[in-house]
Amino acid sequence: MSGRAPSTGKVVRAVLGKDLRVELRTLQSVPAMLLFATTIFVLFRFGLDRTRLDGGLAAGVLLVTILFAALLAINRIFVAEREQGGFEAIRLAPADGTALFFAKAAALLVYLIVLELFALPVFWLFFLADASGLVPMLPVLLLLDVALAVTGALIAPMATNSRARDLIGPLILLPLIVPAMIAAAGAGRHLLAAGGPSYEQYGTWLAVLGLYDLVFLLIGWAAFDFLIED
Amino acid sequence: MSDPAPAAPAGPALRAAGLSHSYGDLPVLRSIDLELPAGGTLAVLGPNGAGKSTLLRIVSTLLRPTAGSIALYGHELPREAWKLRGRIGFLGHQPLLYRDLGARENLDFHGKLFGLDGAGAERADELLDRVGLAHRAATRVDEMSAGMVKRLAVCRALLHEPDLLVLDEPLANLDPAGAEVVAPLLGPAPGRTRVIVTHDVEAALEQADRVLGLHRDGSVAFEIAAAEVDPATAREIYSERAGAVR
Repeated sequence: MSGRAPSTGKVVRAVLGKDLRVELRTLQSVPAMLLFATTIFVLFRFGLDRTRLDGGLAAGVLLVTILFAALLAINRIFVAEREQGGFEAIRLAPADGTALFFAKAAALLVYLIVLELFALPVFWLFFLADASGLVPMLPVLLLLDVALAVTGALIAPMATNSRARDLIGPLILLPLIVPAMIAAAGAGRHLLAAGGPSYEQYGTWLAVLGLYDLVFLLIGWAAFDFLIED
Repeated sequence: MSDPAPAAPAGPALRAAGLSHSYGDLPVLRSIDLELPAGGTLAVLGPNGAGKSTLLRIVSTLLRPTAGSIALYGHELPREAWKLRGRIGFLGHQPLLYRDLGARENLDFHGKLFGLDGAGAERADELLDRVGLAHRAATRVDEMSAGMVKRLAVCRALLHEPDLLVLDEPLANLDPAGAEVVAPLLGPAPGRTRVIVTHDVEAALEQADRVLGLHRDGSVAFEIAAAEVDPATAREIYSERAGAVR
């Protein structure tokens, strides 16, 4: 009966659907990310002893919180594939291995968007005088989310195959994500400035983020098959 | 990737020469030579640690040999492993099933990986029925007993009707009733080649065309036609003495 090799798109949809179904059923990643982000906001609020933030400090608090919350999901995104045989299943099937990369990146992107739907209102409540800067921050955050998702999906299989999974992931990911964080912070500094958002170099920073996303998408597409070999 | 695999050159289903594998400095398989015709069954016997599961992972394209050569249906591994994807059904110690998905959900997922659409759904229903899990189709794997998981793993391995079945102790974890249900599904079938690891010497000799016996150090004790194997000789490789003298 062996069917025709499924298209990459079909395999992406199958793996993504499976991951989202399992997450809805087990709530292993997203609730932990939400709780973690809230806790970090509380810590910043009391640690900085400030009820209002603006400019670079506001952008830094928001972006660093998202980055560390993302690490929680990135560390877990391939655990089921490793422990329950997903890598082997993909390698036995006539499916394109890079579909796993795209599906995992898409799953991480969904988790990050859900996180931000929750975290941005909390951030506004805790730290901002007005929300006008958050609206133009949305494209910045979306491109940063893609950067985190793509880089995370690329790094996570290496970390998952290591015994020091919780250490290896952040150690490799954090330096790699620095250019994207610089670009997001560069845009955020002006958008969250006191007195309302300014759009200084907004397009440039978006372009940098977009280029980063594209480069790591291409690297993942080219290299992922090698990362999941035994 | 969406094109069907090129037609395999004629020849044996499985051919290995000098096949070896080491984990770091630890050799687990030493210079295996064997040949199995298409449609034949190879039984692999040997004590724990003899490299049987490693051999099966190599045959399944999941592991690269560190030395020697191996070809399946004329396609050299690992270089041409992609041509064999979808033709191998692997049943190992791990069921390759997601614990948080139901039985049917797991089979649907694997059906999608193998490009089986409507026919895959029918095949999944049929297999679940045949292994007695039709009434458990919605049960999550983590709520199943070990025997039920094994039966579901058999369904997963057979879902795409593979040409080559690679079975590592296929009846382990099954009670006699479960084994009775599963054994015919994994038995000989037209065009089906099988490589089976088992500790049941009598069953192996009964089912196999050829038998590969491995010593504890991963070297070959014998590789001959099943009809030529004396059960007592086959059992000898399981004794500590046989492993120790190598």
